[in-house]
Amino acid sequence: MTGWQTLLYKEVLRFWKVAFQTIAAPVLTSVLYMLIFGHVLEDHVKVYDQVAYTSFLLPGLIMMGVLQNAFANSSSSLVQSKIMGNLVFLLLTPLSHWSWFVAYVASSVVRGLAVGMGVFLITGWMVNIQFIYPLWILAFAIMGAAMMGALGVIAGLWAEKFDQMAAFQNFIIMPMTFLSGVFYSIHSLPAFWQQLSHLNPFFYMIDGFRYGFFGQSDVSPWVSLSVVATALAVVSSVTLYLLRTGYKIRS
Amino acid sequence: MTAISFQSVSKAYPSPKSSKSNASGGTFLALDGVSLDIQEGEFFGLLGPNGAGKTTMISVLAGLTRATSGKVSVLGHDVQSDFAAARRSLGVVPQELVFDPFFNVRELLRIQSGYFGIKNNGAWIDELLESLGLSDKANANMRQLSGGMKRRVLVAQALVHKPRVIVLDEPTAGVDVELRQTLWQFIAKLNKQGHTVLLTTHYLEEAEALCGRIAMLKRGQMVALEKTSVLLKSATSQVLRFKLDGELPAEVAALARVTGRVVQLPVHNAAEIESHLATLRMAGLVAEDVEIRQADLEDVFLEVMNRQQSHAGAQA
Repeated sequence: MTGWQTLLYKEVLRFWKVAFQTIAAPVLTSVLYMLIFGHVLEDHVKVYDQVAYTSFLLPGLIMMGVLQNAFANSSSSLVQSKIMGNLVFLLLTPLSHWSWFVAYVASSVVRGLAVGMGVFLITGWMVNIQFIYPLWILAFAIMGAAMMGALGVIAGLWAEKFDQMAAFQNFIIMPMTFLSGVFYSIHSLPAFWQQLSHLNPFFYMIDGFRYGFFGQSDVSPWVSLSVVATALAVVSSVTLYLLRTGYKIRS
Repeated sequence: MTAISFQSVSKAYPSPKSSKSNASGGTFLALDGVSLDIQEGEFFGLLGPNGAGKTTMISVLAGLTRATSGKVSVLGHDVQSDFAAARRSLGVVPQELVFDPFFNVRELLRIQSGYFGIKNNGAWIDELLESLGLSDKANANMRQLSGGMKRRVLVAQALVHKPRVIVLDEPTAGVDVELRQTLWQFIAKLNKQGHTVLLTTHYLEEAEALCGRIAMLKRGQMVALEKTSVLLKSATSQVLRFKLDGELPAEVAALARVTGRVVQLPVHNAAEIESHLATLRMAGLVAEDVEIRQADLEDVFLEVMNRQQSHAGAQA
């Protein structure tokens, strides 16, 4: 194995060794959302006129699990290594900033997809769900997870304490994912909030992902794809720059 | 070939006191124009009190910190512009007892090998485990290991890629006698095989026994750089050593190295010995087990450090 492959392997092994906490727990959370919201709203809400609410909700929940866990993976791994001090073993190696980037982002994608798959396997049978465009599903899941993995690297480099990381997660990541249309179609929102939702990149990730299931979405999947690809490119550039300059890790 | 080279290296940190009160921000020089060349195959000691800049030098060498000015290279590879080659040549045992709680010892060593692009490193890993007395801990999680065992793992991690230059930052701090002996035997063996060793330590008898050359660092400046034998001969004094019950008179206490009942005083001639003993007699004290011995590295170290102190005092 070359250097970046080892780091990727190590990062995957790291979350896999505590899979109960890193995969099972978020899967359970999503399943609870599914059961409760599905029960409360199933008979009252129809989206896109013919899609049952639970069928609509499931892709949103899967994507939310993918995104949040991709972010959690790289960010918590880095901040832990920084606080424990064992990041030094990585800093002493000849690994380039590209190796760091690829390994941390790819392991985050793996964790995100593992959680998404877990949610689907447990709740998929409860609802009537289609896969009209599987490639769109895969493309949005991977790109979204990669962007969140890269964002997690930025947060992990920036945060010096666990509470800073918690603040980043609770005040930025959580609101942006919750307000991205996981639980609703933004067409049901007042005009102002609809406009505002269009500024949230997470909205495009979820909307595009959902398009892959139903062939219907709030905006064109191509628009979503461009937005997500742009966001991924911007966040990745920042991440690579910070890794190359050793932001907060090489003084 | 030059294994480690520092050329006029300085490292400035923003001074913590002035950074808040003063917008322009003062700086604190952790390293102040340090130049040093260590040849391949040397066993080199870097000494100095806490805060002298030893760890900063090692951090700059390892690429953990960037020098503010000057050039640093490992076997001719610049640690910034050619960092990959420099880091491949370098194995660093960090001072802090850090570890990754997710893995067991063998996993960690395999992973560390992989970072350097080394596959199938099993034979060398086994040899490291054996030489460092870790064989029966190979499958133990890092969390289960005692401090001394964790220290051994740190050493193994630093050596996993067979670096030609080995840097040990206070490897024996808080470590029992057995591990010290195992460690030094192993490091001495590697040194004989041609590996360069750079050691920082506060145990001066270790440095005296192991290091061929020694540099002393104080407040970021190099204040001595000599062969160990030359340094030992450079001592201007011998040592008057005795045991004492009671308080040392102030004029003697200022010069003395006191460990419990044992008092050691630098002396330059017979008259000085007489005068010290007379001072004690006048104070009504009785010195027991009086002897005169040659200066050791600790005496030289204190002499060098105090000389600098009085210099600094005179300038101020």
